Amino acid sequence: MDIFKLISDIEKVDPEVYDRLDSRRRVFKHLTGVGTKVAAAAVPAFFASVFSKAYGQGTALPSDIAAILNFALKLEYLEALFYTKGVATAGLIPAGAGLTALTNIRDDENKHVAALRGLLGSQAIAPLTDSFFDFTGSKGGTRAPLFADVFSNYQTFLAVAQSFEDTGVRAYKGGAAGLKANDAILEAALNIHSVEARHASHLRLMRRGGPTVAGAGTGASPKSWITGTEGGGAGGAATAAIYGAGNPASNFPAEDNVTQGGIQLQTALASLNFPASAFSEAFDEPLDATTVTNIALNFVVGNSF
Amino acid sequence: MSNNLQNGGDEAEFAKPLLVPIKRRSFFMYAGATAGATALLLSGCDDDDDDNNMSPGTVDVGSGDTGVLNYAYALEQLEAAFYTTLRTGAYYTGLGAGSAEKSALDDLYYHEVIHREAFKALLAGNAIKGLEVNFDGIDFGVRTAAAGAAKLGVLDAAKAFEDLGVAAYNGAGKYITDSAYLTLAGKIVSVEARHAALIRDLISNGTFVGTDIIDSATALEKSKEPSVVVQTANTFLKDGSKLNVSNIK
Repeated sequence: MDIFKLISDIEKVDPEVYDRLDSRRRVFKHLTGVGTKVAAAAVPAFFASVFSKAYGQGTALPSDIAAILNFALKLEYLEALFYTKGVATAGLIPAGAGLTALTNIRDDENKHVAALRGLLGSQAIAPLTDSFFDFTGSKGGTRAPLFADVFSNYQTFLAVAQSFEDTGVRAYKGGAAGLKANDAILEAALNIHSVEARHASHLRLMRRGGPTVAGAGTGASPKSWITGTEGGGAGGAATAAIYGAGNPASNFPAEDNVTQGGIQLQTALASLNFPASAFSEAFDEPLDATTVTNIALNFVVGNSF
Repeated sequence: MSNNLQNGGDEAEFAKPLLVPIKRRSFFMYAGATAGATALLLSGCDDDDDDNNMSPGTVDVGSGDTGVLNYAYALEQLEAAFYTTLRTGAYYTGLGAGSAEKSALDDLYYHEVIHREAFKALLAGNAIKGLEVNFDGIDFGVRTAAAGAAKLGVLDAAKAFEDLGVAAYNGAGKYITDSAYLTLAGKIVSVEARHAALIRDLISNGTFVGTDIIDSATALEKSKEPSVVVQTANTFLKDGSKLNVSNIK
């Protein structure tokens, strides 16, 4: 096998092959020894390993990375199908800025579904459909609904939407460290994560009536950021877990956490005389997959998410 | 990119990349002359940014996780200084007590100062110096700039800083090796995204997302490399405080 001829051939279909290989130039140290040190039979396997490192995607993702992405994908389906149904429900969302914003968010979530499916390729889960979810929280009529009027009361719809977005922000944060092995996938996840936070911010603004009355009065609530544990969140007891601690709490503290990087900021920065709420608001907290799953299960027909 | 050429390489050598030692070139001999030369040029450009060639007085944020944390610390310094200055400006002081924008701008001030101080404490002896800012391009007396105005208004500048912060954190995540630091950066970037969305909505309702900041096909936020971010950040920093991020890689 003439490896230089092979690389030259690859260049014809992938002009960036040198960049890909150059960033992992240790590979070449091994390649120079291929002719003498590696038995001919081992060469194809060796190449498979070299090129899977060089290209990352296109070959199977490590199973733990695929699992994190598939989990994120399910959450994106939850959101995408929720907004799709809401926007399609006549009389729910008043025409105007609100409908425009929710349509944009729906489109973003559908694109996130497509983007994650693209990252996962053949390792993506089968597409989820509307019948998988019950957004009233009655689990397909098997228990009392948590949000009976979610598709008939605009404020309830916005409250549930905010809950989903805040959950998504925490879930991506909880999964980020597990994606470190692949820079491109980590960056993609971060780039979805911040869009979810933008959605959450806007939904909070919508819930208080839009920017013209944003924060009108010092007691105006909710803010566009998370204060403490949000008093249990937009749905009281039904959404309290979204702002609470995960498991273990040492890694996934509640949203009212004020210790960052081992430093109790409220104490360390007491001389600033800032409101106590600011120290909680300045940081969002991650949440573990199991806790997120349990939150999501409230909106799933059946018992698996 | 590589630092292979760093040792013994002087400016004359960087300027003539084809004359680098043959050992280096042999690495690319199978790549053909063009690809090899291109790679060497890229490598040479990268090393060109190292401190031996920088204009005097730039602040090198360093390398490794410390470099990324200092990079974040520098951006938080910039944001915190902006909101601190803003509070003395005519636009802010003219806002009614408890008004919508005043409470939002107060929160942003608190959050950014807390971010700055958190990084400073975390970095301790490894922290870069306090940066001197240059806000000559911002008019602290107006909400948003009139068409054709030379200076940014208060909300224009806030939008620029918050969007830049989000893109910067998203682009730097991959350079962090310690999971705890990655998580910390994640805890901050979503708050910056919340800020950015609110500021954008205050300027024009419904602009919390848009194709200027997210990819229209995938709805993923467009992240920025440190080398791109500092081009903007440095316009708000005085000589002697301009950032050099070339060792983040």
